[in-house]
Amino acid sequence: MPEQTARAVGLRRRLEEMERLYRETGHYGGIDRLTLKEQDPFRYEKVYAELRGALVSARETALHISASPIVRNIGELCFAFYTPEGDSVAVSTGIITHVHTMSEAIKFMIRNDYDQDPGIAEGDIFCNNDPDLGNVHTTDVHTIIPVFWEGEMIGWAGGVAHQVDIGASTPGHDPIATANRFEDGFYVTAEKIGERDAVRKDFKVRASRSVRTPLYWDLDEKCRLAGVYMIRDAVHRIIREEGLDYFLRFMREAIEEGRQIFLARVRERLVPGVYRTASFEDAPYAGKAWHPEQNQDRMMHAPMTITIGADGSFFLDMEGASAPGPFPFNASEGSMQGALWVLITQTLIYDGKVNDGSYLAAGHHFPRGTWCNAADPTLAYGSPWGFLIPAFTGMFRCLSRGYFARGYREEIVCGYGFTGDPTQGGGILRATGQYFPVSNFELCSVGLGARGTMDGLDAAYAMWNPEADMGDAEVWETIESGLLYLSRRIKPDTAGYGRYRGGSGWEALRLVHGVTGMELYSFRDGAVFHGGAGLFGGYPNATGYRLFLRRTNFAEVVRERRPYPLGDADPARRELDTALRGEVHRSPHALILPQTFGDDDLWLCVFSGGPGYGDPLERTPAEVCADVAGNVYLPRTAENVFGVVVRPDAAGEWRVDEAATERRRAALRADRRARSVDYATFWERERRKLLEGRIADVVRRMYRESMSGSARWAEEFRAFWQLPDGWMP
Amino acid sequence: MPYDPKTLADLLDGRLPWAETKEIMSQQKDPERFRMVRDILQERVRFPERILLPLTPHLYIVQKGADRIVKCDCGYEFGDYRRNWKTQARVLVRDTPELMAELYHPDQGADPDWEELREFYCPGCYALLEVDAVPPGYPVLMDFLPDLDAFYRDWLGEPLP
Repeated sequence: MPEQTARAVGLRRRLEEMERLYRETGHYGGIDRLTLKEQDPFRYEKVYAELRGALVSARETALHISASPIVRNIGELCFAFYTPEGDSVAVSTGIITHVHTMSEAIKFMIRNDYDQDPGIAEGDIFCNNDPDLGNVHTTDVHTIIPVFWEGEMIGWAGGVAHQVDIGASTPGHDPIATANRFEDGFYVTAEKIGERDAVRKDFKVRASRSVRTPLYWDLDEKCRLAGVYMIRDAVHRIIREEGLDYFLRFMREAIEEGRQIFLARVRERLVPGVYRTASFEDAPYAGKAWHPEQNQDRMMHAPMTITIGADGSFFLDMEGASAPGPFPFNASEGSMQGALWVLITQTLIYDGKVNDGSYLAAGHHFPRGTWCNAADPTLAYGSPWGFLIPAFTGMFRCLSRGYFARGYREEIVCGYGFTGDPTQGGGILRATGQYFPVSNFELCSVGLGARGTMDGLDAAYAMWNPEADMGDAEVWETIESGLLYLSRRIKPDTAGYGRYRGGSGWEALRLVHGVTGMELYSFRDGAVFHGGAGLFGGYPNATGYRLFLRRTNFAEVVRERRPYPLGDADPARRELDTALRGEVHRSPHALILPQTFGDDDLWLCVFSGGPGYGDPLERTPAEVCADVAGNVYLPRTAENVFGVVVRPDAAGEWRVDEAATERRRAALRADRRARSVDYATFWERERRKLLEGRIADVVRRMYRESMSGSARWAEEFRAFWQLPDGWMP
Repeated sequence: MPYDPKTLADLLDGRLPWAETKEIMSQQKDPERFRMVRDILQERVRFPERILLPLTPHLYIVQKGADRIVKCDCGYEFGDYRRNWKTQARVLVRDTPELMAELYHPDQGADPDWEELREFYCPGCYALLEVDAVPPGYPVLMDFLPDLDAFYRDWLGEPLP
């Protein structure tokens, strides 16, 4: 096949034309009738299935090239095929958030006339990981190739994989200590890295010297390349079978159909109106930060309004979001769009054509200059998930109110746990003198929020990858060779309380062993509940916390063949530090910047449960008893929250004490009556907190950020509390 | 295809086996669902007013004379549905370590300086209707304001009383 360039194609003009057609007609590419589908639906669906199958096949095959457990075992990669203008047509499984982020990267190249310079030619290879132009964070690396047919550019194939290490100022994939872009690690900003189907040697050399784990980088890149070439071959096969004209029209119809399906689902499953919620997250840096400008506590504010129009339109608005800052949780607009898209694919169009058609149909406003559209490339973007994940719990809550009203109870999900507490760092193994990374990703299995008809999934959900998998402990130990597992087990009291409980979280206890030096750090919610509460009286899932022991007598305990602790099932019992001697570090704040560790130190990972649904006093005593038996709740929680008194029988089986339960539930209801106040009293008390300045500095800072950044939100805030014009906390 | 009322009733009550629930999730949605669920719920409530829209497991928007109000299944009336029903609720704010510790171990609950729990109860039956987790001083949001007219007229093709 002769080598061709895209110079003559005029990609920017084509992109602008597609945008004009959509703007003027409301249909993708101006296509108002799906003629291919109407004329021969079987052929149309066959082609879609072939393309989709090729993408899934590419992912399932290529991941075996990678050596990273994050890719091989957890499946943190995905592939997609795009139109020449950069709109996704079909996607694989996996971290499909990136289907849209790669779309933004392609459009960046088009808008910047890459077809003129550096040129877009057959056999070229492009790489991107820059969050400011469409990625989530630098650790997600895109490989994108243009696909040609007989000299004509017909689309793009893209693949993305999550790295073990991206060369940030601290080891790992989600840095926490960073305060600006220049600590984010290895940046590849929509760069042509290869020609004639080969990556340039100078780029390979640069990449290998830019990350701490060059072997993983190299094999991940080969994995992505193998996938995109499989996709290119599949597309060529489809064109040979169906003809080029058919394929070109098919791509556009599939996207328009994706758009139509989304709108049809909205009208089918929701109720028009205005849905509102707000989510929060803590970033407690005071006293921990390495940079002076970072050394204060901050709180993320994610207000969310979803408006379903009488015409079935969808619009998500985050006006009033708090400010970006010198922390790694800043998010680009593209990453927010990707998150919006990935949740849509899980809740409205999981059975439809999943492509950029649904993105086009989902109107949105992420205010520029806030944390959710920072629009400043000098900021740090290492871990936008830290804010983005809690923020989007609101979308599930809002949509679930619509499903409830419409009667589709089976679609309700109250939210999800925080896929947080990624233990990261690295060390030197004494036996080999070699560096080993700690780049854990078992957080990919947290509790799902309660459903409208049942409890949430235990330890089995990740909002950004519908195929959640915590990976085998043994596999993690193969790379994290100085950090052994002592246990993995369900963590009591992590599931949000409710008539239906959230999915349970879990804990893992790790032992530092055989190292000459090691550093670890991590992050998750601690001072505030992840996202918001549950639904309809359901409570939020428990927060995380930080617990580790240094300089323990673990070796002595093992030598003497005494039982060693397995975790912190009940924080009140302090299983770890009662069973071992050592320096105990326990903090309700889960964020911790890198610290050094040595042999026999113990490190606890606490993974999130999901929020609950409905009044906990309406959960059946039998269900609560089963929760206690399954270590989902402690007996005291069963009694204090659910009003269910359980006791072990002679055989040690938990049984409900029916009479005691009846008394306890009556007492809790009486307590509600006695301790609650009328709304006017509540309103006056809360208002006085503001007027008398009885709010924490971190909360005041959050309000000031939102009020300074949004006149609309400030006006609403003042109006609600009847505060004078211009009042600021 | 509409499901039989017993299947839907079991679904509403959380009694439907997972395999059947999954089957429902995997099928095309049944367009008659709203009306069927509304009918099931109407039979269950003890008040005579017609249910226009279920809002939560306990609250409904109902037609009461010329008014559309929010009503609890216990019979308590929260007033016009366009006004946030929370303004008529009883409220317990967990904004101290002691109140938070009744539900969460201090390591596993929010710091009340950062965030408080607001529990909204029905003044009639003291069912827990909603929990908000927000910083102190945060406005009370109206979770959902439906466009009832558009829903009935344009989406259901059914006149509102």
